[in-house]
Amino acid sequence: MKIVAGVIVALLTVAHVGAASSVAVGIEEFKFTPPVLAVPVGTTVTWINHDEEPHTITSVDGAFGSTGLSHEDTFAQTFIRPGRYEYFCALHPHMKAIVIVK
Amino acid sequence: MDRIDRRGFLECMAWAGTGLVWVSTGGVLSSRVIAPAAAAEATPGSFSFVQISDTHIGFKGQANSDPTATLQQVVDHVNALQPAPAFVLHTGDQTHGQKAGAFDIVAEILKGVKTERIFYVPGEHDVFLDGGKEYLGRYGKGTVGGRGWQSFDYKGSHFVGLVNVLKYKGEGMGALGEDQIEWLENDLAPLSSSTPVVVFSHVPLWAVYPQWGWTTEDAGRALVHLKRFGSVTVLNGHIHQVLQKVEGNVRFHTAMSTAFPQPAPGTAPAPGPMKISEADARRMIGVTEVTHVPGQHALAVVDSTLG
Repeated sequence: MKIVAGVIVALLTVAHVGAASSVAVGIEEFKFTPPVLAVPVGTTVTWINHDEEPHTITSVDGAFGSTGLSHEDTFAQTFIRPGRYEYFCALHPHMKAIVIVK
Repeated sequence: MDRIDRRGFLECMAWAGTGLVWVSTGGVLSSRVIAPAAAAEATPGSFSFVQISDTHIGFKGQANSDPTATLQQVVDHVNALQPAPAFVLHTGDQTHGQKAGAFDIVAEILKGVKTERIFYVPGEHDVFLDGGKEYLGRYGKGTVGGRGWQSFDYKGSHFVGLVNVLKYKGEGMGALGEDQIEWLENDLAPLSSSTPVVVFSHVPLWAVYPQWGWTTEDAGRALVHLKRFGSVTVLNGHIHQVLQKVEGNVRFHTAMSTAFPQPAPGTAPAPGPMKISEADARRMIGVTEVTHVPGQHALAVVDSTLG
């Protein structure tokens, strides 16, 4: 029972991705969705900006970063090393999210 | 009936939009619709200037498919003003996310403005990709240390252009920074307290709506140096709508964008461009004209829409 509850909590808070090699993160209403994304090593994450306002995907430690994404523009990044990759939007720094690579 | 206090009344009037001029008589603000230029013409020593803001060249959305065209219409409106504005202030976000070529388009269109000079301060859209390299390369010359801020005098009034988008902090609020605040203190020090002062910057220098980053976190430390002046007008952009606040002798005013409106604070999930028809948007974009008449305590501020 405890295990089941744990899994449910995890599903609610972290979007887990299994064997898929490609995952999308949406940007809408000044939010990254999902804000917490867990993926296996080798996954390519593609962000798409649904807002009319430009946004960036800018890693906190400078590991990766996009230029300004216009409406419906995309940016892709392949994660080849495990780690916690925090990122934000350089134009709206309160927009924060993370990719966890395992 | 609900009692409407003065602040509430001012906000209501500001929300209602445009075409109003605020006139101070004996410290009591009243509003009326007038032709400000005509009033200015009648008084020797008076002058007017124009504030253009948030041109967002490169934007393309539901509210405006062609911000180049709406900027051109604003320029045509400005060029029809009689007398012509002494100068123009552009309070930032010339570009929409530093879109390639956007600075050139703005420069080209603004060449057509019939005025002596245009002064600029940057918006976060103009500097976020390269830390201000391109913006300061174009507009840094003649500013303090090439860093974008500056002051000048015109017919007895003192104008200060401040940069509050190059030290964007964690929560996305504007910030001026130590160096600039120190410079401001020194810049204002020799002035007599009766000198009318106009301060302009991109992000509002008052807490409009911090949840959306619509504030400058260290503005209070700058405003303290303005307290002794009898007439202070603070002109900002960034929020794409007219809002006004009066605090002591300081009058805060935000201008419309020439490109698209943004929602009123807290009325939408996010502060992005409003998704409304171009016809509706035209009633919410435009330009601000400010007139100084000697002997009148406050400057007259008139906002005109395109629709």
